[in-house]
Amino acid sequence: MNLTKKKGFARFKQFIPLYLMLIPGFTYLIINNYIPMAGIVVAFKQYNVNDGLFLSPWNGLANFEYLFGSEDTLIIIRNTLLYNVAFIIVNNVVGIALAIFINDVIHQRLKKLYQSAILLPFLISIVVVSYIVFALLSQENGMMNNSILPLFGLDPVKWYNDPTWWPLILVITNCWKGVGYGTLIYIAAIAGIDLSFYEAAELDGASKWQQITQITLPCLIPSIITLLIMSIGRIFASDFGLFYQVPQNSGALFSVTQTIDTYVYRALMAAGGIGRSSAAGVFQSVVGFTLVMLSNWIVRKVSEENAIF
Amino acid sequence: MIMSKGRKVYQVCINIIMILVTLCMILPLLLLFMSSITDESTLIVNGYSFFPAKFSLGAYAYIMQNASTIFRAYGITIVVTVVGTTLSLLLASLTAFPLSLRALPGRRVLSFIVFFTMLFSGGLVPSYIMWTTVFNIRNTIFAYIFPNFLLGAFNIILLRTFFTTSIPVDIYEAAEIDGATYMRIYWQIVLPLGKPILVTVGLFTGLTYWNDWTNGLYYINKSDMLSIQALLNRMIQDIQALLANSTANSGALMQIPQVSIRMAIAFVAIMPILIVYPFLQKYFASGIMLGAVKG
Repeated sequence: MNLTKKKGFARFKQFIPLYLMLIPGFTYLIINNYIPMAGIVVAFKQYNVNDGLFLSPWNGLANFEYLFGSEDTLIIIRNTLLYNVAFIIVNNVVGIALAIFINDVIHQRLKKLYQSAILLPFLISIVVVSYIVFALLSQENGMMNNSILPLFGLDPVKWYNDPTWWPLILVITNCWKGVGYGTLIYIAAIAGIDLSFYEAAELDGASKWQQITQITLPCLIPSIITLLIMSIGRIFASDFGLFYQVPQNSGALFSVTQTIDTYVYRALMAAGGIGRSSAAGVFQSVVGFTLVMLSNWIVRKVSEENAIF
Repeated sequence: MIMSKGRKVYQVCINIIMILVTLCMILPLLLLFMSSITDESTLIVNGYSFFPAKFSLGAYAYIMQNASTIFRAYGITIVVTVVGTTLSLLLASLTAFPLSLRALPGRRVLSFIVFFTMLFSGGLVPSYIMWTTVFNIRNTIFAYIFPNFLLGAFNIILLRTFFTTSIPVDIYEAAEIDGATYMRIYWQIVLPLGKPILVTVGLFTGLTYWNDWTNGLYYINKSDMLSIQALLNRMIQDIQALLANSTANSGALMQIPQVSIRMAIAFVAIMPILIVYPFLQKYFASGIMLGAVKG
């Protein structure tokens, strides 16, 4: 733009309309993001409605002492971390496998169909997903207890009262809902691999399996590493909907379904729980921020062009 | 195209695997639909199934008879999605355009202020307190639109990158020579030329609004203000209420034809997505790629 020629205030003045355009967006970001950031002080306070967020009396680290004094906290952190590790492994392994398969399908119409199908669950709200899971697992009316288990001569299971199977159920549900996203990204990465590698391998008589292990996977490693490190940056966050909706808020399952995000919400809604809720929230924000910074720093070291900042 | 025998076997294998995967993706949705058109008493005896012994449109008839609750919820969701997405696109593009101009003084600092919101968050408690005590949005339509989703840093960055890389600076210069104001450049050049990215970002924002149930959970407790997702969420809680008093209410539980109606409402909630998806599939796919590349 022809703007840089003027000097001093005249130079600044011509930008005023542009700054005015920024006002609505920045106002929203200040309200929606920055005021709540300042609001994390509530974790160090004895909050009461009359004094409000910033004027309630301080109570030091009492909220954190309460939070970390409870045995639940360890379970919640364990659940959040272990589920994320399982999700990262399962979704990436399945996603890469599906991406390789779809990429190799010659029939173009089928290829399109597969691509559309795997992305479909990604678009559906988690509330509806929890209804589908309920149709399968409901104690009285579920398909598992009524049709599938009797087929194998097995007894009905009280799914929503028995924590045994929930780690598996949640990993499968999460994979079903989310795998299309990763698959599409890996399809794009595979499309970027130089075709002449495969042609040369073909001439040398390499089998399909050898091509996958010797060419495709090594070429995918940079994208895999970047995606892995990025997900490690988010390992302290959990999908509230998945852990709140899909187990239908069943108290009997809390030992295997409670994560930091569901804890924050439940404590906030419980009488007098606002202290431990905000302490857990701040703990999550600070650790999450540290992990994002750390993982980005590592990406920078590994492959600079993939770093987000 | 000539294929060796090994090639053919491989093609058959991957197609079989992918057809099974495709079924895994689609069958659960089909189960939802079949459950919604199964006769209530069949459901109670045989449970949810793909091949119900007796069909019935009773659930949908019930929805039509008791249209006020469900249609109102549907209407709220539509209004929220349309208004939220439009406002969101306006705000995001209005913010992204100045930040896309290299000449703008303070561009780096301003961009960082936007970006930092992706790194650190105050979490649920402070924003919950702020929205409910300062802005009093409880039980208003604004509770669905304003908290969290109206403007995301990620969308601003996507738009800014697109404006910087895809709109040639010459066009701005030509417009300036013709005496166009920035507002006019934004309205008549940036928005039309940014259409591809605006469609993609708008689609994902619309999807977010359509599928969101969390704002309804946090901020709405009046039953006539429920959106369709919030209504679905409320209906799960009602099951729990009934289960909790199952000895007292088991008779009532049998009488209310709830088993199929739940599934019918859930299906009605995803129907627009199922209808629109085939036509907009490439935008969804390209949106995900964008997120991955520029993420």
